[in-house]
Amino acid sequence: MSLLQINEVTHSYGSRTFFNWKDRSKKVLNDISLSIDEGTCLGMLGTSGAGKSTLGKVILGLERPQIGQVLFQGHDIYAADKHIRQKIRRDLQAVFQDSYSSVNPRMTAERIIAEPLENYEKLTAAEQKRTIIELLERVGLSERDLNKYPHQFSGGQLQRINIARAVSLKPKLIVLDESVSSLDMVNQALILGLLKELKEEFGLSYLFITHDIKAAYTLSDKVGVLEKGKLVEIYDSKNQFFTSKHPVVHRMRDSILAEHPRFRTIR
Amino acid sequence: MITSIRKMFISQKIIPICSIILGILFIVTLLAPWIAPNDPIAVNLAYKLQPPSVEFPLGTDHLGRCNLSRILYGGRISLGFAMLIFISSLTIGLIIGTYSGYKGGWVDQVLMRICDGVMAFPSLILILGLVGIFGPGLPQVVLALMLVQWVYYARMFRSMALSLKEQNFIAAAKISGSSQWKIIRNHIVPNVLPPLVVMGTLEMGWAIMDISAMSFLGLGVQPPAAEWGAMIHEGKSYIRTNPELMLYPGLMIMLVIVTFNLLGEALSERYSVKRRS
Amino acid sequence: MLGTEQSNVLQVNNLQVQVKTKNGASTLVEDINFELKRGEVLGLVGESGCGKTVTSMSILQLLNRKSTSIEGSILLQGRELNGLGEKGMREIRGKDIAFIMQNPMNAFTPVFTIGHQFIETIRSHTKWNKKQATELAIEAMHHVNLPDPVKLLKCYPFQFSGGMLQRVMIAMAACLHPAVIIADEPTTALDVNNQKNVLYHLEKIRAEYGTAILLISHDLGVIAEMADHVAVMKKGRIIEKAGVFQLFDEPRHEYTKKLLNARSKLQFYESAVHLA
Repeated sequence: MSLLQINEVTHSYGSRTFFNWKDRSKKVLNDISLSIDEGTCLGMLGTSGAGKSTLGKVILGLERPQIGQVLFQGHDIYAADKHIRQKIRRDLQAVFQDSYSSVNPRMTAERIIAEPLENYEKLTAAEQKRTIIELLERVGLSERDLNKYPHQFSGGQLQRINIARAVSLKPKLIVLDESVSSLDMVNQALILGLLKELKEEFGLSYLFITHDIKAAYTLSDKVGVLEKGKLVEIYDSKNQFFTSKHPVVHRMRDSILAEHPRFRTIR
Repeated sequence: MITSIRKMFISQKIIPICSIILGILFIVTLLAPWIAPNDPIAVNLAYKLQPPSVEFPLGTDHLGRCNLSRILYGGRISLGFAMLIFISSLTIGLIIGTYSGYKGGWVDQVLMRICDGVMAFPSLILILGLVGIFGPGLPQVVLALMLVQWVYYARMFRSMALSLKEQNFIAAAKISGSSQWKIIRNHIVPNVLPPLVVMGTLEMGWAIMDISAMSFLGLGVQPPAAEWGAMIHEGKSYIRTNPELMLYPGLMIMLVIVTFNLLGEALSERYSVKRRS
Repeated sequence: MLGTEQSNVLQVNNLQVQVKTKNGASTLVEDINFELKRGEVLGLVGESGCGKTVTSMSILQLLNRKSTSIEGSILLQGRELNGLGEKGMREIRGKDIAFIMQNPMNAFTPVFTIGHQFIETIRSHTKWNKKQATELAIEAMHHVNLPDPVKLLKCYPFQFSGGMLQRVMIAMAACLHPAVIIADEPTTALDVNNQKNVLYHLEKIRAEYGTAILLISHDLGVIAEMADHVAVMKKGRIIEKAGVFQLFDEPRHEYTKKLLNARSKLQFYESAVHLA
């Protein structure tokens, strides 16, 4: 049984309302089925508007799809009872694209990371503080950052705090929704490196949603391609992605910029 | 004088100045029972309409009561109850507004329609209604103002909650397992309050005006209790001979409201500048 | 065909920018020296916050005049820009030196049509009438492969996608054939599919008009594709300057090596690309 399985998920926005009888809905996700095994990372590539973020929200339990099921460890997350949903919640975490809007600007780093711990673990104040310090150190920050506010951190540092929060409960699956796209190249590489280490250390699974092929490759075991709400293909290996003749994939590969000036295609 | 106030504004010195003035006023009126020279309601017709003296620092009114003592005791009512109205309507508005904005859907619709209904009701009519049932008195005025004022705050808090709930950190809080009340308490309220505290200082001024106006009309505080609006009401018969009976309480009202307003404006200016930088 | 002139179109010497803070003057960038020749592309690369944008803003004299002080020499076609008043700069900006900014959505006023803004820009620098300016605008839009320019000019910014708006911005920047174009992270806000497109159009302008380009980016891929020379910035200083091939093959500074390694950490199968 795979960790996450979604079946025939279809979702649209802008459907009928009281004053708007005509069905003006737009299918954002169209008949999507995929699965993620434990300890693996599925990269989901696609241009903006392809439905990637909506897929993330549906999988996280934030948006119920109109058609289809989302099964986490065998349980339908939208149909399960409260007790099971609570249990699933701790195992399904996320890191979003914009690090600043992902944190409450009035909370210190300590309180931000403490939130999931307070909800699920019964730790004493001292134990909790120690756990938080360990988490901060694990993501490359330090005890000195405990009492700082979000505006005192750079984008990259704040994203590390978001990651610390996401792994604090040792979840099973983390949805990375364009988690490095707002960072500059150096920080991207560093954060991707951190995510890779954490994956191995804690046996995490990731759904890595991104438009950046290179980033997807660093982290993913399998790669899927989403285009206009439909799942074009899921490739079991990076090699398969590269050698695919599908026009959407071909277009994506063409858009990759050169690694070295001798490979340049524009000049 | 206008330019010097403007200059004070720009240098933001106005905030500590206003805060000190208001602080003094609050403390002094709070300590009225201990520092007032005389009993504010003690009538003594032998001393009526006396000019300022050692025994009566601000003179006496038409019933021989000490003006200064009445000002001090009156301040307790004006400021104290204005504070009460402000805090209670803010609290009710906060709870209803944030819950309504966060929850959305039919809960939001129902609560907002209730707000619309209450808003359509002028506070004056409500006061007159309550006065009609219970007779004139301060509790009626305070209750009516509380019942009407919360709606304004509720709408403000609701619209702020609406925009806040789309932010990623709310989704992150849900993903962290926080219940909806925990989210409202820890994430929505702290981000919604600060700008409104600023607005609140301006509101205080209005609350004082309302109480004084009602008392002036004879609907609020009843004699012999001292209250600034009521004092103006009683003093208006003597406007030609002893204008100070109206001036003292009138100036106090003006002082408090102007100070609150200047403070509120300066705070909101400071707040928006902080946001920008 | 590039011109045979070898003189520098843009020459920056000892540029230093300081900003006045509560605690005195704080240096944003210092000791900045570089030059641009006709038809050349200089890539300015570094992490966010290293001073790339401050440098470009100071060339355009768009920094806050009251709180920032600019020292050093900025020569555009032999003319000193530092110290030139706002009136003088307004004549130069758009005509002799143009700017393409990172987020195209922010570059346009939402309440006027694209045509209105485009034509206004042209007419503020030339003596042409509305009809002539419109023709130039249409031609410029054709040049960047925007379909049906006549119709597009009547549209509002919100009706365009990011990639299209960026192309409009390029069209506007290039239509008066400025000597220098400063492109500040022109691809960062765009989708991968549009990135190469934008760079392609920049290259077209460079090749046809001999425009010199100061290309600012944190993405070394953009630099690899476009630059002739590269200046690497860190904490307000240029720490390495070299020809693009030399920089990629033999980086000297530790930081440059770190930047280059960051990219190869994004494990990429180079050989596979060139098979497909």
